[in-house]
Order: sequence, then structure tokens, then C-alpha cells
Amino acid sequence: MTQRVDIAPAAGSAGSALDGRLTAPVDAEAPRADGSTGTVPGVDFRFREQRSLWGNAWRQFRRHKLAMFGLVVFIAMLLATFVGTPLYPQEIDTIDFSVSGGSLTWQHPFGTDSLGRDMLARILWGGRISLAVGIIAALVAILVGTTVGAIAGFFGGAADTLLMRLTDLFISLPQIPLLLVVSFLYRDAFFGIFQQRFGSGVLGVFVLIVLVIGLLSWMPTARLVRASFLSTREKEFIEAARSIGTSRLSQMFKHILPNVVSPIIVAATLGIGAAIITESALSFLGLGFPSDVPTWGSMLYEAKDRFSIAPHEAVFPGLMIFLTVLAINYIGDGLRDALDPRKSQ
Amino acid sequence: MGRYLIRRLLVSVVSLIAISMVVFGILAVAPGDPLAGFATNPNVPPELRQRIRASMGIDDPIPVQYARWASSYVRGDWMVSYTAKIPVRDYVMGRIPVTLMITGSAFLVSILVAVPIGVISAIKQYSLFDQVATTFAFLGFSLPTFFSGILMILLFSVTLNWFDFVYDSQVTGFWGNFKQSVMPIAVLGLAGAAQLTRFVRASMLEIISQDFVRTARAKGLRELVVVRGHAMRNAMIPVVTILALQIPELFGGAIITEQIFRVPGIGRALIDGIYSKDVPVVMAITFGIAVLVVVFNVVADILYAVLDPRIRLG
Repeated sequence: MTQRVDIAPAAGSAGSALDGRLTAPVDAEAPRADGSTGTVPGVDFRFREQRSLWGNAWRQFRRHKLAMFGLVVFIAMLLATFVGTPLYPQEIDTIDFSVSGGSLTWQHPFGTDSLGRDMLARILWGGRISLAVGIIAALVAILVGTTVGAIAGFFGGAADTLLMRLTDLFISLPQIPLLLVVSFLYRDAFFGIFQQRFGSGVLGVFVLIVLVIGLLSWMPTARLVRASFLSTREKEFIEAARSIGTSRLSQMFKHILPNVVSPIIVAATLGIGAAIITESALSFLGLGFPSDVPTWGSMLYEAKDRFSIAPHEAVFPGLMIFLTVLAINYIGDGLRDALDPRKSQ
Repeated sequence: MGRYLIRRLLVSVVSLIAISMVVFGILAVAPGDPLAGFATNPNVPPELRQRIRASMGIDDPIPVQYARWASSYVRGDWMVSYTAKIPVRDYVMGRIPVTLMITGSAFLVSILVAVPIGVISAIKQYSLFDQVATTFAFLGFSLPTFFSGILMILLFSVTLNWFDFVYDSQVTGFWGNFKQSVMPIAVLGLAGAAQLTRFVRASMLEIISQDFVRTARAKGLRELVVVRGHAMRNAMIPVVTILALQIPELFGGAIITEQIFRVPGIGRALIDGIYSKDVPVVMAITFGIAVLVVVFNVVADILYAVLDPRIRLG
């Protein structure tokens, strides 16, 4: 085994110039074949930088300016909606007709809606729902897609054929019409059941919407994961794992899955943005959350007959959707570059 | 090719049957008996309601109901709309022309915008043009149609007062129709263009770095000949496939666009149908979009094989 130690990297080369420390691609202190240690006299390797996969990815990600912008915006959105809502003094349902459709003032920075309710409070509150739907629906899709793809790719044969036919069927379903029909027909039932069991009907609508969006968008992930599993399971290190009696579950999750996790992460990120758009579209058509629950989409729905009187009612929620989705797409773009081993040095 | 085609068509028929079962099943087990239609109307006396239910076969087992629905659907009897009180076939057919006009024009707009921009972007990679184009494509890709539609209304209808944003089917004449269709077409077309530009650029970049393009340049061909004759001819193969797959998506997108601009097309008929629980209309349109998806999947595969002689179907 040869050991290559970069003692004096070329000045200004990207990898080493980061913080002036020495980098060593292989463990410099591992004993050599002749019994001596690999230490090079005069250079202290104890302070060399540890480079993990995630450390590398983060270093790569930081260079992508727009992705960093996206990350900052997205974190700011999460903080504003989840932490900021209780701090903001205005209520979401205080009706005050004296300021109906009022434009921007110090007291109501984003103006008020047709009933004089404070827009900023509603946007913050609604953002929680929109963001939560996006994140959880994307998680549902990734969970289902990864499970289906992993089983199909790992076991092959009849399981593979069956699951891939199922995936094909789901891909050819007319997505938008089904989404609309299902949420319209089942909304009241979910509302009623959750009202009775858990005391919150809105939670029922939330669960329904998350499930419908998630179950109609797992297919690309399943195909992706299956393809990666198919190619990875033939590699030597899996054969080695099998030869020492590693169980199938452990082969799947401990040995193969970590190697296919990068594309899954990118798909999950982009999935959040897509799910936020889908939920907003549903609510915009009046087929999502009930009208007394503000989400960014339902605020657009309420504003759509009042464009000429109160344009701010449509512009602010719309801008929030656009900014969030844009931020998420940039993060996804950055992650794709950062997690692609062909691009990192 | 012939054998492949037959197998592919058989698979399509099977998947259409499966899709119709899923759609029918969702409606059949839904709470509130949507299949029963006006038999659920509380003004109908109970004994009459029983007769209606019996005559419609609502209380039969779901597979029996499905078989009856499927056989009448195949025979071309799509039942009568609960609200419009005319055969669903006539109702839907009457709505198709305006949707076709809008989606068709949007499709053309997206090609005319995306192909030149994507190609130039790829040829002049990292140039100012490329950076501006990719940025706009990224912005457009993240901008949902319901918001871009609203922004257009605010700009062109409310502020500038150029176009009316409520579509009026009584309007005749080219200019009037042009004025009221411009915004829905632009919204749908530009959304498609944003996606397509990214795809054209990526496809073109892949081809342009290949050896045969370098050879073409090396032997002294003019740049235009290299780009048009060598690079584009190859780069457009996957683009054409994607275009075929985009057509059903356009109809899905039209549902939202028609709702914003109140265009009386099939998307609007679907939304109205859902609100009024007009099951025959909802079934017909949902299933119609499913047929589009399946058909254009086959079309995409065939186009790919026809355009690229390296692909052998079998």
C-alpha cells in the first residue's frame, strides 16, 4: 500500500488554502508494512483536519452562494413562522371592519384583509401550516419511495416486478384531478373523525392533505432508489458483507442505503417545495383547508375577488410561497452539487 | 417494432383499466354517497329515493357497479350531467375547444421561447446571456402559476387596464379573443418554458462537448452548421420526448389557469363538477386526463425510437 501525504500543497490550491492546515488523504499514522509509523519528521499530523463525508459536502455547499441564500431564507421563514408567531402581538382573527382591506400601516405592516384581520399575523400563522404540510408530505413521499425502491431493488424477482408495476400505475394516475377529488370528498369525514377523537378537525384535514400529496409523489424516489440498489448490491463490499453472514436487513440499511442517500436527500428537498405548491394550489381552488384556517394558498383564494381594491391581500401570501419555494429549490441545487462525489475534490 | 407496439398497447389498456378502477373506487367508497347523485337530495321523498337508488343500482356491490359503469363508458354512453342535465359527452365536448386553444397556444409559446434560449445558453455557457437566462428559468420554475396569474392580472388588468381578466365566451372576433386569451396563454406557456429551457440547455451542453462536434468544428464547418446540423439535431431527441410527456401536464396546469381567468374550459368544468358533486362529469374529465397521460407515454417512447436509430425497441 502506498501512502501519499501532502506535506507542501501547491500554494493557493483550493483544498488546503481553506484554513492553512495540512490535509492528508490517508491516515498518516497508520503503521507501514515495515513496522515504522507513517509520521513525517517535523510535521505534526495530530492537528490535521478530519474530513468526513458531511464535512466535505458542507464545504462544497458553502461555496454555492445562492444555495446559502436559500438556506438563510428558509431558516428565517421557519423561525418567523414557528418562533415568531407567539411573539407577534396581533391576533389572526380579530375582526375590525374599520380597517377592512386597509393597506400598510405601522400597526398592520402587511395591511389587513376584507374583515380587517391583520395580514402579517395570518401570514405567519398560515406559514406554519404551509411549511409543515410541505415538510411532512415530502417525508411521507421519501419514506414510501425509499421503502418501495429498496425492497424492489434488493430482492428483485417477483417483488420487483410487482412493486414496479404499482409504481407505473401511480405514475399514470391523473394527479391533479385525483388530488382535488379526494380532498373534496374525504375532507369532511376526516374533519369529523379527528374532531371526535382528538378534538381538532383541522388536524384531520392536515393529515388527509399530507397523505394525499405524499402518496401521489413517491414514485420518482422509488425508481431512483431501486436503480441505486440494483447497481450497489452487486458491488464487492456487499458480497463481503454477505459472506460473513450479515442479515438482509442489515445489508439493506447499514451497507447499501448510506451509499444511495445523496440523491434521496436532494429529492426530499425539492419535494418540500413541490408539496408547498400543491397544498397552496389546493387551498387556492378552495379544496384544501377550511376557510377559517389561514394558509398561504387559502389567503390567495380569499383575495382573488378583490384584486382591484386590495392587491396587497394577494401579493404578500403569493410572495411568501414564491420566496420559500425559490429558497428550497436553490438549497436542492446546492445539495445536488455538494453531494455529487464527481464534483467535489 | 410491430411486436413491441402491440405489447405496449396491451400494457396501456391494462393500466387504463387499473386507473379507472382506482378512480371509481375512490368515488364509490367516499363518504356521503357521491355516486347516488340527486338521490341524496333531502327534498326527494324517501320512497322515491329508494326507487332512484334501485334504478341506479347504488346498493349493488362495488364490483358490479364498476362493471356496469365501465361497459357503458366503453359503449360511449357517459351518462347525463347532474347539473347541466345534458349528456356528459356533449357537455365535455363543448368545453374542449377553448381548452385546446389555450393549452395548444401555450405549448407553442413554451417551445418558441425555450428552444432558442436554451440552445444559445448552452453554446455560450457562463456568458452574461446564459446567466440571465438560467436565473430567469430558475425563478420561473419556482413561481407557481396561480401566483404568476395573479401578478399578471394586477399588472395588466388592474394597473395598466390593457386586458380584461374575466374570460367571456360571448366575445367574437380575433382581436377580442386574442385580448382575453393572452394572459392565460402567457401564464401557462411561460411556466412550461421555464422547465423546458433548463432541459434544452442541459441536453445541448451534453451533446456540444462530444467528439463529433469537435470534429465538425475541426474540419472547418461554419458554427451555424455545427450548431444546427450536428449538435441540435441530436440534442433535440430527448427534448421531443419530454415535450410529448408535457402535454398531459399542460391539461393539469390548465385546471388552475382556467380557474384564475375563469375560462370556461374542461378544467373549470372539473372544478365546478367537484363542487356540485356532478360525478359523471368528474369521472369523464378525470378519466380523460388519465387517457392522455397513458397515450402520450406511448407516443414519447415511439418518438424516441423513431428519432434515434440507436434505440431498438423490443
